[in-house]
Amino acid sequence: MDSALLVHRLHFAFTVTYHYLFPQLTMGLAPLIVILKTLAIKTGDERYGAAARFWAKIFGINFVIGVVTGIPMEFQFGTNWSHFSRFAGGVIGQTLAMEGVFAFFLESTFLGLFLYGEKRLSKGLHWLSAVMVFVGSWLSGYFIVATDAWMQHPVGYQQVANGSVELSSFWRLVLNPWAGWQYAHTMSGAAITGAFVMASLGAFYLLNDKHIEQGRIFVRVGVIAALVFSMLQLFPTGDAQGRMIARNQPVTLAAMEALWETQPGAPLVILGQPDVSAQKIDNPIIVPRMLSFLTWRKWTAEVKGLNAVPKQDWPDNIPLLYYSYHIMVGLGTIFIAVAAIAAFLLWRKKLYETRWILWALLVMLPFPYIANTAGWMTAEIGRQPWLVYGLMRTVDGYSKMVSAGNGWFSLLGFLGMYSVLSILFFILVGREIERGPEAVQPNGLPVQINAASMAGVEAR
Amino acid sequence: MATLWFMIVAVMVAVYVLLDGFDLGVGAVHLFLARTDEERRTVIRAIGPVWDGNEVWLLAAGGTLYFAFPLLYASSFSGFYLPLMMVLWLLMLRAIGIEFRTHIQEPVWRSFFDTIFGISSILLAIFFGAALGNVVRGVPLNAEGYFFEPLWTNWRVGTDNGILDWYTVMCGVVALVTLVVHGSLYLANKTEGELNRRARQLASRLWPLQVLLTIFSLIATVYAVPNVLANYSKWPVGYLVPTVVIGSLAYMYFAHSRRQERGAFLASCVYIIAMLVGAAFALYPNVLPASTGANFSLTIYNTAAGMHGMTVGLVWWAFGIVLVTGYFVFVYRMFRGKVRLEEGSDHG
Repeated sequence: MDSALLVHRLHFAFTVTYHYLFPQLTMGLAPLIVILKTLAIKTGDERYGAAARFWAKIFGINFVIGVVTGIPMEFQFGTNWSHFSRFAGGVIGQTLAMEGVFAFFLESTFLGLFLYGEKRLSKGLHWLSAVMVFVGSWLSGYFIVATDAWMQHPVGYQQVANGSVELSSFWRLVLNPWAGWQYAHTMSGAAITGAFVMASLGAFYLLNDKHIEQGRIFVRVGVIAALVFSMLQLFPTGDAQGRMIARNQPVTLAAMEALWETQPGAPLVILGQPDVSAQKIDNPIIVPRMLSFLTWRKWTAEVKGLNAVPKQDWPDNIPLLYYSYHIMVGLGTIFIAVAAIAAFLLWRKKLYETRWILWALLVMLPFPYIANTAGWMTAEIGRQPWLVYGLMRTVDGYSKMVSAGNGWFSLLGFLGMYSVLSILFFILVGREIERGPEAVQPNGLPVQINAASMAGVEAR
Repeated sequence: MATLWFMIVAVMVAVYVLLDGFDLGVGAVHLFLARTDEERRTVIRAIGPVWDGNEVWLLAAGGTLYFAFPLLYASSFSGFYLPLMMVLWLLMLRAIGIEFRTHIQEPVWRSFFDTIFGISSILLAIFFGAALGNVVRGVPLNAEGYFFEPLWTNWRVGTDNGILDWYTVMCGVVALVTLVVHGSLYLANKTEGELNRRARQLASRLWPLQVLLTIFSLIATVYAVPNVLANYSKWPVGYLVPTVVIGSLAYMYFAHSRRQERGAFLASCVYIIAMLVGAAFALYPNVLPASTGANFSLTIYNTAAGMHGMTVGLVWWAFGIVLVTGYFVFVYRMFRGKVRLEEGSDHG
């Protein structure tokens, strides 16, 4: 592998992976904050208002890092992937520009109002600004997924004389069937992160015997949302996404499952390490015929294996793809189990006292992030060796004028910069968690805090 | 159609420079103007609710450039690789500086955030000026329409360009002074008392420098890029632009000396627009002139996207921009008037 290509791939992979740690939480939290704001208005219970304000602070910190790490993504299409941009910019420029015009403005405007304007706006308008932040962030997600979906499954384009492609149908691009399922799956994944983060922090407070009232709200809202979205993640969104890959990118599915030979009644591999050179799986645990059923709804259906296509069209890192996919699916299963048990205990009114399930919720914290990352790795490594599936190979897309040395320069710069961001992030979020939501009396009215005790809080 | 999109992108860039320009300028001067923590908080509050929205214009203009002129985006972004990476890092530092200061109350942290906010604002103003200088001066494009510029070579204007040479450094200085004045005038509008006095004082002290630099930069441009006046001779109406530049500088002085804060700020807006229009007018129909020969220059015609894309783009763009205008009017009305700290929430 030519080393400039490697650097540019690492550059994008690192910056996009780091970036997506933040939007997945903000997109996941946004609807939950709307729910908390709605409950605050409907019930007049100030505990929900305080909960919404607390999560707005966490949201704000994540949003800032999401924005500043997101700008490099748009830039990198030009800086590191200029040959790709020249080829495809006439098509995917549409969705990227629309994200700027329709989503970013909406989001930044109403986030400013939401964070700075609670005292200047009426209750209804402040609620509306929370809704608009939610709409803006989910809209932004759609335009990005639609862009990626075009790279996975190009539609609505035509080739032109100079070798690039241009848009032939706006609506086919925007309503790409691939984008629909991928969007549902992605957003549900983000909601899982938001839900488990909320439940996890609530469990932390309850186990620590601090902020009990708020901790219960966080656990309750978080667990219900986690159950709903982790089920949606499996069915219908995950199932549909998998079958879409089977139909349109059979070699990707074969590599995800490490299925070497085309065969009827193909098995599903649960665990095991793929050995690409020997074309086998070490110590496999399999469910016979399951893959055929999941893919085509028939136990004996034929599933295409890697041998169906020439080696040069195989994804170039099959083990990594296989593991990404299996980690995502494995974690998704665990999410359903934990959320279901917690929801059952919530229904039996035993959740807040059952310490082992609170512990389980607490330690869930990193796993939705890992699952979302693994999911995106599955999508992007699975598309290889193509940058635009069937149209442009990754090796043809990077900036030929930018040497490996210059690529390393900025990659190292980003590593350093993102280390600083991470440290600041943990300090700031740690302080907000330590400080916790504002105290509210059991009757739902805010506690009067005098200046001295406030100063004490600030000095900590 | 390509000309229309050239104008749209130019307008979006101009709006970006006007809006983010004042918060960059405020960032660049706040270390010197605001001395107490209370004053710093007032400054941050003056731009806090709007800076992020202002910066979105950069993204939106970039996205629009990407879809209307993909080759230009590909060529210029990879060619200006190194400075753009630094711009990204500076944008990050700036955002952290302004947003995270509100979360931590201790003086050490506040000084840390204020300092990175100030320094990154200053450097960004210089970088943006130098970037515009590079576009006006031209870059060493090859036959495929690509180039790569190191940060500097021999500091001369020629075919062996670096990002920085005497001409682009001068553009960076002009941009810094312009945005500092712009930011100070904005701050004067938004504050009262001591802070207001210092902001106005800084603007009046820099005014003569701004006039000198403007005249010097116009002469230097004609010297460094001899064919820059070609469009002006072709369409003499273009000479209105330098007239507006001079007029706006004069009005800025007039309004400023009469303490018309809003008038002075608007004059600064007109000045910035006129300078940018002057540059765009000189470039057209080039978008990135080649220092290696006019036939390598990127123009709106050889970089434009397909017709269908540009036509449908016009529909959603027009719709979107109406919405955006609505948001901005709403937000600026919501936070209009002078900043007074006590009415604020805990963000401040």
